[in-house]
Amino acid sequence: MAYSNKVIDHYENPRNVGSLPKEDPNVGTGLVGAPECGDVMKLQVKVNPTTGVIDDAKFKTFGCGSAIASSSLATEWLKGKTVDEALAIKNTDIVTELSLPPVKIHCSVLAEDAIKAAISDYKKKQGTAAKNVDTHAQPTA
Amino acid sequence: MAIKLPIYLDYHATTPVDPRVVDAMLPFFTEHFGNAASRNHPFGWAAEEAVDTARKQIADLIGANAKEIVFTSGATESDNLAIKGVAEMYREKGNHIITAVTEHKAVIDTCKRLEKDGYRVTYLPVQKDGLINLDELRNAITPKTILITIMAANNEIGVIQPLAAIGAIAKEKGVLFHTDGVQMVGKVPFNVNELKVDLVSMTAHKIYGPKGIGALYVRRRNPRVLLAPLIDGGGHERGMRSGTLNVPGIVGFGKAAELCRLEMASDTDRLLKLRDRLNDRLHKSLDEIYINGSMEHRLPHNLNISFAYVEGESLLMGINDVAVSSGSACTSASLEPSYVLKALGAGDDLAHSSIRFGLGRWTTEEEVDYVADKLAQVVTRLREMSPLYELAKEGVDLSTMQWQVN
Repeated sequence: MAYSNKVIDHYENPRNVGSLPKEDPNVGTGLVGAPECGDVMKLQVKVNPTTGVIDDAKFKTFGCGSAIASSSLATEWLKGKTVDEALAIKNTDIVTELSLPPVKIHCSVLAEDAIKAAISDYKKKQGTAAKNVDTHAQPTA
Repeated sequence: MAIKLPIYLDYHATTPVDPRVVDAMLPFFTEHFGNAASRNHPFGWAAEEAVDTARKQIADLIGANAKEIVFTSGATESDNLAIKGVAEMYREKGNHIITAVTEHKAVIDTCKRLEKDGYRVTYLPVQKDGLINLDELRNAITPKTILITIMAANNEIGVIQPLAAIGAIAKEKGVLFHTDGVQMVGKVPFNVNELKVDLVSMTAHKIYGPKGIGALYVRRRNPRVLLAPLIDGGGHERGMRSGTLNVPGIVGFGKAAELCRLEMASDTDRLLKLRDRLNDRLHKSLDEIYINGSMEHRLPHNLNISFAYVEGESLLMGINDVAVSSGSACTSASLEPSYVLKALGAGDDLAHSSIRFGLGRWTTEEEVDYVADKLAQVVTRLREMSPLYELAKEGVDLSTMQWQVN
């Protein structure tokens, strides 16, 4: 199977490989896929709490070249977007940008899932954080 | 000496034709082009004589009689002929066939076809080392069993089944024994009488001969095996396989078999050293790599390793100047990882992380060192970007994790 030049470029020079501190309330982490399916993506976003803009994004992926390229591209696109703009990224955008063949579409679906999972984690943390603030404001004892 | 790239380490898939084989074949395209079935002129006689010589060369490789060799188009046809041929011929005796889950598709799919036609097939599991359990084989045999078909050496993990023991059980129970000998014949000693095997599938292109020519060994004595033909026609090959003989292919197959027989000892010795060198070098530079299948009962030129936390296709992408295969789903159209590795029970994740190395007649030490070093470098790089590696290093047990599967 021939890979597109963009897939090869992301595979050879992956953008934003690494990890952000999971405990940071401004960091959302998404971990999707399963080892027995041959694809696992971890995608993290760090959101600026005042502007709601994604300042940083990192990924780590266990998967084929197309899975690595899809997650690498996703982190590139996430930076500078607001949380809502990030949720608008569709797997088909990734398919088009990387010229993925039909058998590799699941890689782009996984990347979209990873984005959604990371943002949902961030939102959950923010909700919890807000509640925590409430708790502190109204001590029960 | 500079290494010529790309490096070929996929000798289980196919092999280049030995130049000595090509030399032997060439006259049979032009000068001696006769039809081996032309009994009344010298063109036919020359072709027939060449076919007889090749038949003897192939028979000698497996300790058989030349009359027991039936030429086919390749091992897939040989497997089909053996299994379907026995099934039809011995239908009155029984309708039960025993095989194993790690067989080649040419055997598995042939058995599945027969199941649709009313036959019953037992697919024996394999143990962690890839070998079948002989007690399970014995217990699977019923009065209706007509055939045991168990491959000699596996095409992915190179594991050699206990053929002599299987042959003894088959003989004791009066059941015919077929083996797909494609990966083993010509590589390590193989004798049909010592192994008590009744039918053996072979092909030329795995032993440095041409593609498109194979053979089936069909035992003629103790017992005399009868087969219903798949192809009807002029009654060639004792009526078992009609069709004009592929004389140049047969000559090449014969020459290739002769070279394998004469050079087997030295080839095996050399390949074993190279294979162990590759294995040692990989183990020295990488942790958490796992060999799939028995190392003890294994072809000398095979190595199949899982590189934990790294997916096979991404590994192949990183070593794109080396030709090897992976059991990863991403390298197959079905998106299913290797059924052979899954059958070992090692877990699908390790199947996805596997690489099959097949060394051969022209593999050099320099090539092996290059491949080992390059792989170590790529595995290290990919582990650094693997979330599984990170989790494992944090002490998370990946097998107990809840994965979000969609």
